[in-house]
Amino acid sequence: MARSLPLRAALLSLSLLVGFLLVWQVAVSGTGKTQAMDPEYAALMGQAATTGKSAMPGPMDVGATIWKHLKDPFYDRGPNDKGLGIQLAYSIGRVALGYLLAVVVAIPVGFLIGMSPLMGRALDPFIQLLKPVSPLAWMPLALYTIKDSGLSAIFVIFICSLWPMLINTAFGVSGTRKEWLNVARTLEVGPIRRAFTVILPAAAPTILTGMRISIGIAWLVIVAAEMLVGGTGIGYFVWNEWNNLSINNVIVSILVIGLVGMILDQLLARAQRLVTFPE
Amino acid sequence: MSILPFARRKPDAPARTAGTRPMSDEKFISIEGIARRYPAPGGKSSGSKTSTVFEDLWLPMRRGEFVCMIGHSGCGKTTVLNILAGLEAPTEGVVIAAGEAIEGTSLDRAVIFQGHALLPWRTVLGNVAYAVSSRWRKAGKAEVEARARKAIATVGLAGSEHKRPSELSGGMKQRVGIARALSIEPKILLMDEPFSALDALTRGTLQDEVRRICVETGQTVFMITHDVDESIYLADRIVLMTNGPMAKVAEIVENPLPKDRDRTQLHHAPGYYALRNHLMDFLVTRSKTLRDAMPAGYDQRNPPVVRPTLSEADAAAIAASEPVGKRA
Ligand SMILES: Nc1ncnc2c1ncn2[C@@H]1O[C@H](COP(=O)(O)OP(=O)(O)OP(=O)(O)O)[C@@H](O)[C@H]1O
Ligand SMILES: [Mg+2]
Repeated sequence: MARSLPLRAALLSLSLLVGFLLVWQVAVSGTGKTQAMDPEYAALMGQAATTGKSAMPGPMDVGATIWKHLKDPFYDRGPNDKGLGIQLAYSIGRVALGYLLAVVVAIPVGFLIGMSPLMGRALDPFIQLLKPVSPLAWMPLALYTIKDSGLSAIFVIFICSLWPMLINTAFGVSGTRKEWLNVARTLEVGPIRRAFTVILPAAAPTILTGMRISIGIAWLVIVAAEMLVGGTGIGYFVWNEWNNLSINNVIVSILVIGLVGMILDQLLARAQRLVTFPE
Repeated sequence: MSILPFARRKPDAPARTAGTRPMSDEKFISIEGIARRYPAPGGKSSGSKTSTVFEDLWLPMRRGEFVCMIGHSGCGKTTVLNILAGLEAPTEGVVIAAGEAIEGTSLDRAVIFQGHALLPWRTVLGNVAYAVSSRWRKAGKAEVEARARKAIATVGLAGSEHKRPSELSGGMKQRVGIARALSIEPKILLMDEPFSALDALTRGTLQDEVRRICVETGQTVFMITHDVDESIYLADRIVLMTNGPMAKVAEIVENPLPKDRDRTQLHHAPGYYALRNHLMDFLVTRSKTLRDAMPAGYDQRNPPVVRPTLSEADAAAIAASEPVGKRA
């Protein structure tokens, strides 16, 4: 085999996809009229019962739906009928806000914990206790105190993004090599300059790892959170389409959620590569 | 026993007001009665149990002198260097450098670390410029870069300014470490086994360069080494430490070789073998016997200064059983 590994992998991926789509198409396609029945009853029951066509849409249907969404992603026809683009924008906006808030809190606090063994020990029990709590468990408390469903979702994103960043920052900071700190000490570098010129670059790869884990979790959680609070967002969209029995749209949403999650992860991966230094 | 840094003094040490005092070139650096103790392993229950690396250590160094310290692993050489650098505080005693008691690190004392300790996310230029901009805080960008480039050129790395440490060989990394230390124009240069990780050839060229730079600038240098030949080539005086724990400065050996030396012709220089035998003897036997029993008249405050001469070469073998200490 002279062809390169990436090329062969791409070919295999493509054939897997084609195979999957074929099986899907065959599995959902109708087999013609199955039974004679009263025409009025047949009209009531719809195609699923009369032609043997599955209620599950086929790849063609989904493709058509995607095309429809792509043509007009930002329409707004009332609270229950907004374009997919608008819904996605709501979700991404919430994730961005909650996530940035978490960055603003987690990185300084992580620095503090990483640099001061006292603070590290003092805060450890709280972190250990709160970290395993499902972020959705905070939802009622957030709704009760904040009294705004949109803000509550942002708060939930904040809480779930916080821990991986906090723990990774503390770990990265406390793991700064002693020899690098000694270089700063012998050069009489002040604490602020040291934090920015030695500790931050040294800990940056670990911090970015935490940020990457966090963005993944945040994107997982936003769907569930929006299903709970309702109103707007991709999570609400999925739930709403389920109530409309539009499996087509549900499948499209799944694809879109996956795509956005992948893009977010790749962005962070790229940032991570930027700050990683070869030893 | 309290472990207050810098605070404890031997009760019989002469009273001195802390801070400055007239400095002499003879005692440009003066280690005065320092001790370093660690809590003894597993000594939590027994409270005040400590293990002593060394105590009541006295050592003077002259201005512009190149001092090498030799001793077996674990005797406390790095500890002495770290105290000189201000990275560690002695449990007891003080160190005076350039007329001032050492309290913490200073830009006047540059350290060349054993593991080069370059910041891997910075380029060669970035690493040296970091030191320069720490030394001259108000200097403009152009001045910082000019000084950094000059220091890099001094160690023969011009052209590699924009490489990252990961793209450099071991010898080149160590050169950057040297450039970084020199760039801040320190009064004292401290080196902890700077060449021990290098191959013989690279080590040789770097020794040449360090010697040239130090002779040209009249730098005061304190260097730790395990390599007897390295110390003979570089040092004006060689400090011999006995084995630890409770290590002592056994003697200070004057290097009789002329200041103008050639590394490759070193073994032809008169006095070379006498000196080498003396040092080897010390490392092989006397470092241990002297720890257990110092000769009569040994005064920790004034470690004996020895100058091996040609006539002593034959007597080198006897030296092991009967150490010669010629007081200066
Ligand atoms: N943090 C520490 N806790 C307890 N003991 C220590 C500590 N650091 C060093 N020591 C002890 O101090 C002694 C001297 O250590 P030091 O590193 O100064 O030795 P050294 O002479 O530089 O050895 P080498 O030649 O191997 O570098 C050693 O016996 C070591 O066990
Ligand atoms: Mg050492």
